[in-house]
Amino acid sequence: MKTESRLEKVLASGALAVTSECGPPRGAVPDKVKEKAEMLRGCVDVVNVTDNQTAMVRMSSWGASVIIKQMGMDPVLQMVTRDRNRLAMQADIIGAYSLGINTMLCLSGDHPHFGDHPQAANVYDLDSVQLIQTVVKMRDEGKFQGGKDIDHPPKMFVGAAANPFADPFELRVMRLAKKVKAGVDFIQTQCIYNLDKFETWMKGVCQRGLHEKVYILAGITPMKSAGMARYMKNRVPGMDVPDDVVKRMESVPKEQQPEEGIKIAVESIQRLKEVKGVAGFHIMAIEWEEKVREIVEKAGLLPRPEL
Amino acid sequence: MITAVRKSIEEIIACVSPYDRILLVGCNECVSVCSVGGRKEVALLSSALHMHFLKQGKTMDIREMTLERQCDPEYVEELVNYMDGADAVLSMACGCGVQTIAARYREKPVFPAVNTTFMGASERQGVWSERCQGCGDCVLGITGGICPIARCSKRLMNGPCGGSTKGKCEIDANIDCAWQLIWDRLKALGLEKRIEDIMEAKDWRTSRDGGPRTITREDLAS
Repeated sequence: MKTESRLEKVLASGALAVTSECGPPRGAVPDKVKEKAEMLRGCVDVVNVTDNQTAMVRMSSWGASVIIKQMGMDPVLQMVTRDRNRLAMQADIIGAYSLGINTMLCLSGDHPHFGDHPQAANVYDLDSVQLIQTVVKMRDEGKFQGGKDIDHPPKMFVGAAANPFADPFELRVMRLAKKVKAGVDFIQTQCIYNLDKFETWMKGVCQRGLHEKVYILAGITPMKSAGMARYMKNRVPGMDVPDDVVKRMESVPKEQQPEEGIKIAVESIQRLKEVKGVAGFHIMAIEWEEKVREIVEKAGLLPRPEL
Repeated sequence: MITAVRKSIEEIIACVSPYDRILLVGCNECVSVCSVGGRKEVALLSSALHMHFLKQGKTMDIREMTLERQCDPEYVEELVNYMDGADAVLSMACGCGVQTIAARYREKPVFPAVNTTFMGASERQGVWSERCQGCGDCVLGITGGICPIARCSKRLMNGPCGGSTKGKCEIDANIDCAWQLIWDRLKALGLEKRIEDIMEAKDWRTSRDGGPRTITREDLAS
């Protein structure tokens, strides 16, 4: 084991891991974090805590992560390179680790253009690949990115994202290979609605043996309505929602659409469980955390392993 | 070249209205090529200001001058005989020109009439696009001749990000995804494998982050 991470232990045990996420509130409302995290207790292994998602200011990822840690659960500290330079990021990694956080996710983050501070400076001192390298170097070599020794290096289990659906598709496996080369331990993918395309990508991943070097968690987001399906299809960059999924959501009356969305999510997990190289699931129920337990249960992923 | 766009007439008027005699100075270099601060634009702005102030019942004395190169002290020296007759200078050059005037004529207020925007190239008649951020450590040799720092919205060194869609950037469908362009070029050059080479964290000291930069050529410096 490289770390004390619960996620690493679950994955190393060979069990399918289940992760979910909690978007921190837009204000000093610790109870909101607790309320969301409580819904996930016992049905997931670790809880990702987003970092100013969609470039909107929220409670910091590490602040909310500490709250979750204090509840006896295991957070995944998400960190985007958009808002902080390498000094600030390494400082936060040490701070978070000192407070018991041992798992993190390295991202470039949404461009400020999408958020409520489009006026903000766009830092990008590092990109996501370089952040992976930085955290791995801190852990394995005990050195800062700048090269100096760290007194008691933080030992993070390091994750990153992959979007098999973005363009150009032909280099999406190579991009994963690059993150693997940088030393990433696990991957959480973009939400999967086009299962055929995901399977094609996974085939490419397995052909190169990348599934043996990195744990890949398939991203699942249940849709609440046909409107959400259309929005995701047409408005969210890098999202691939096939027409038949939109049609299926539209084919049922509005009040039954949430249930249909859950059904699609569960069926997707069932099918993806059989796909070679899938090591678990990352369930992103956006502002719908109360449904995660139901999805995990119906997908046959309960109980979660006791470690 | 350095590109610029003219400031709004209202902003320019607000700057110069306290004065009676203005020295309006254009530049024959970059801003002339991108049609924002050359001789012709100096004449147009001068007329617009005259008309505005005449309507206000004020005669504004505007002297027009267009220098060969406003960022060069040698040419800025040509203004010396006109300074006594001016209360303020209105410059249509890039920020380098404005500052060269400010440095030489310390007691004269200088106002920019243009917003200096970027180092770019002409795409077609009337369209310029950003191409270089002057990072001081050029990577074009390994990125197929396309700069990820100037042209990727997140200046990713190991792109493309997950928002690249049909060759376009996630922030604007009119912006090309730099990493799609890089990928297409590497393919055309038979260098696809290069996309997997990790570009290490950049040393931004050669860029603006290392503080204001100076080049001193010992072989030329006097």
